[in-house]
Amino acid sequence: MYGKGILKGLSVTWKRFWETYTEDISWILRGKKRYNTVEGVTHRSSKDTKGIFTVQYPDERLNLPEEARYIPFLVYNEKPDGDKEILCTSCGICAKVCPPQCIWIVRSNNPETGRPIPEPTEFYIDADICMNCGFCSEYCPFDAIKMDHDFEIASYERNVFNMEKLLKPSSYYQSIRPENFAREEAARKEKEAAKAAKEAAKAAATQ
Amino acid sequence: MDNEKLSLPQYDIPEDMQHAIAVTTLDRLYNWGRRSSVWPLMFGLACCAIEMIAAQTARYDMARFGMEVMRPTPRQADLLLVSGTVTKKMVPAIVRLYNQMPEPKYVVAMGACASGGGPFKEGYNVVAGIDKFLPVDVYIPGCPPTPQALIAGMIKLQEKIDKQTMKTNRWYDKKKVDANYVPVPVLGPDLMDPRRYDELKAAAAAKATQQESA
Amino acid sequence: MTAPASTLTVDLAARFPGIVTAETRPGCTGFIVEKDNLIEVATVIRDELGFDLLTAVTGVDYFPEEKMEVVYHAYKTTGGPGLVFKVQVPRVDPVEVPSLIDIWPGVDLQEREAWDLMGIKFTGHPDLRRILMWEGFDGHPLRKDWKEGFYEEDTKPFKSRWPDGQFYMAEEKNPFNDNLTFPTNFDPEKWIPEGDALLYGALARYTVKQEDGMSTDRIVINMGPHHPSTHGVFRAVMTLDGETIVGLKPVLGYLHRNHDKIGERNTYLQNMPFTDRLDYFNSMTNNFGYALAVEKLMGIPVAERAEYIRIIVSELSRVQNHLIFIGTLLNDLGAMYTPSLYAFEERELILDIFEEISGARMMCNYFRFGGVVRDIPDSAMKKIKDLVYDRLQAKTDELDRMLTENEILVSRMKDVPMISAEDAIRYSVTGPVLRAAGVPYDIRRADPYGIYDRFDFDVAVRHNGDLMDNYLIRIDEIRQSLRILEQAIKQIPEGPINSQKPAYQVRVPAGEAYGRIESPKGELAFYLVSNGKPNPWRYHVRPASFVNLNALEKISIGAKIADFVVILAMFDIVMGECDR
Repeated sequence: MYGKGILKGLSVTWKRFWETYTEDISWILRGKKRYNTVEGVTHRSSKDTKGIFTVQYPDERLNLPEEARYIPFLVYNEKPDGDKEILCTSCGICAKVCPPQCIWIVRSNNPETGRPIPEPTEFYIDADICMNCGFCSEYCPFDAIKMDHDFEIASYERNVFNMEKLLKPSSYYQSIRPENFAREEAARKEKEAAKAAKEAAKAAATQ
Repeated sequence: MDNEKLSLPQYDIPEDMQHAIAVTTLDRLYNWGRRSSVWPLMFGLACCAIEMIAAQTARYDMARFGMEVMRPTPRQADLLLVSGTVTKKMVPAIVRLYNQMPEPKYVVAMGACASGGGPFKEGYNVVAGIDKFLPVDVYIPGCPPTPQALIAGMIKLQEKIDKQTMKTNRWYDKKKVDANYVPVPVLGPDLMDPRRYDELKAAAAAKATQQESA
Repeated sequence: MTAPASTLTVDLAARFPGIVTAETRPGCTGFIVEKDNLIEVATVIRDELGFDLLTAVTGVDYFPEEKMEVVYHAYKTTGGPGLVFKVQVPRVDPVEVPSLIDIWPGVDLQEREAWDLMGIKFTGHPDLRRILMWEGFDGHPLRKDWKEGFYEEDTKPFKSRWPDGQFYMAEEKNPFNDNLTFPTNFDPEKWIPEGDALLYGALARYTVKQEDGMSTDRIVINMGPHHPSTHGVFRAVMTLDGETIVGLKPVLGYLHRNHDKIGERNTYLQNMPFTDRLDYFNSMTNNFGYALAVEKLMGIPVAERAEYIRIIVSELSRVQNHLIFIGTLLNDLGAMYTPSLYAFEERELILDIFEEISGARMMCNYFRFGGVVRDIPDSAMKKIKDLVYDRLQAKTDELDRMLTENEILVSRMKDVPMISAEDAIRYSVTGPVLRAAGVPYDIRRADPYGIYDRFDFDVAVRHNGDLMDNYLIRIDEIRQSLRILEQAIKQIPEGPINSQKPAYQVRVPAGEAYGRIESPKGELAFYLVSNGKPNPWRYHVRPASFVNLNALEKISIGAKIADFVVILAMFDIVMGECDR
């Protein structure tokens, strides 16, 4: 019969249409909220999603995985006196590995001693060249540059980020990437402990 | 109607009339109309175009912002979403599309490439940002911006529209008749912008004297 | 299984003494053919030796040695390794090499590309115009002595970034304040644009004299570069006689982003995220091809677990690509949105997995030389299992049920010819289009890479070669991909995910490599020439979409204009890869 295939196809769309409502009803019957909850969004992003698939950004947001990457930022530790301890030592690996070469690092010398200061004087990332590849954070030996989760950075101007805009506290880093942060902290502690043990052994040996 | 955005709280309305009347200005009404029906041109350039399509599909659903009507013809579109790398070969076509769009018209540079050249900036066939030719309203960084980032940019555009007034909109300025027309670039030995012919000529001549002296 | 014929069994040098010499440079394979005898040798290679599929033609500019080289890669559609042959000519203009278009018509676009970018003139090519750049462009940009407006240094990293990286816009350093170069004393006002006269000249004649002496006009239609059905900035110029296409020329280059030139400046690792942006639907398979080429050059193994991860992500990528193919095909056919909305739903779920394991939805940048960047976390592994076992199969069936028997779809596609098997091979078509024509050629089987030889799957083949088969083969391939996925998920071992230590600078010995994979669109290959430095001397992408388009003219002539969008959709082109 001509038209049988069309009807068969329409039954698929029809089923999908009704599933939105049956799904809503079943959530209500179970006494759960389907919209504007993390649980609802997670369910809609899982294999069991049925019916409506929309995540109503900006009212609801997708759960960003930990590894999600956008524009890089520089991490600093907050000192008790409010100063910023910038982790970057301006070693330049990120600038060297950056595929589109969008990182500029300015170093300067200490006027008194004439030696280079490890902290960068200026740090620029041209966000309109950056390709979000994540190499800078992947190869940074000091865990000083990390990829941000913040994607709501549209602006009315071209985006060139300077130090001021790039610096973010390590507590922020911990909040967006708890697992990575914990792993790096553990590695750092281990290293410090090993170093302390070595020094202790050295001190014991010299005595 | 979106009461919050539309009515002006500057006037004291007697309490018993508060639900009966609404006071607004022409600007607000007009901006509300435009912000809620921004129709983008169905125009994809590169990788970002795929995220633009994704933003139109079920999960992100730009229709919630009145932006679902992707028009394939520029004559029915309000918004040129420059979604991807602008190449020298393509830019005459983009400028022509922009010229054909009726006012009010907006340009959003989606992604790094359209904003400032992106990772391909150094390439010989790449234009370092569409803002060299068209007036860009919103820049969305990211390579590519995720659909959510695109929607965040669109909200930013709506905020911009909200602040506009008919007095200063460039398309109502009678003195600037050409404000909305951009001369179409020409493909010569390299890309030539008709607005910059004198500058290019001078620089080419300077190159000659530089070579002679060297 | 594949025939174990190796290149060593083919001794061209003995067959043609004095004309063909075996390659002796370190790390290089193949044969060097005398320019004047190229056609004779190529005929033997095709007819007697059976290398019927010429996949890649590209030029290499050996600037220090004052030589230009044209490299050909030929394969057998029955499987097995390929044959590389090269022609060397002095680097003095005009650089001339005979065209092989009469032996393999599939070299058409690639020879035009080599002319455009390297300035190698192929004598005997009937339509040798620029293809990626425009007529009138000054110079041949891939030559090593050609420099663009924003030229900074020959190789990355640039010294201006570190240690005293004073930030500046590239525009500030260019005399024209933009990414421009002009000849000295150039006057733009006196420039006369060449227009499209050459292009229109290459098409079938506009005016035709009828038998009764009356001359009638044909219509020339420009479709694109802005058209919703061309899948990007593709432009086709066609002459129409009524509704029938009598002449067609594709115009490319509207998204030419200079991957080759930038790639030669990048270090090997820096190219990895750039490959993401070739075929932007399938960054995982692009990464795979590039990683294979570099691993071949470096001669390093891949960690066992990483091999499985590579297969899993590539096949997931193939599934989502084919789903989108079906969605956009239906859009082109007029079934606006519903099928593509359904397809994008599944794609979003797959992209969620990619985002979780690699960090980005589309531009994954996930592969490293010797493995992958990070392991698949348990949560993502669970998602993959959920999708593969519980969802994708059912959803593919649902799409199948919804579309395949639809009468409108059937009447639009059934018995509308696409391409015959012989023509497909002659025109160097690869991928699903070739298999739908009845040639069971799938690189995963014919010349296995990675660990594809460990999996049990069928090469999807269809035999009618009409549009319907080209659609159905995509559904078949999704099912086969799911089969591979099921096996890979079961067999994946524990262990390290990279055989190498993470390093941002890799040591690559001198030589050349051709890494090829079966991308969802066809054969994607990377041709690399290394001279032992941190940057490749030549980085060439052999894209599936671009080479497949060779056959577009052949298929479209005689077809109706309404079918053209469907024919184009069947190639599943993606302009990022096509124009590079």
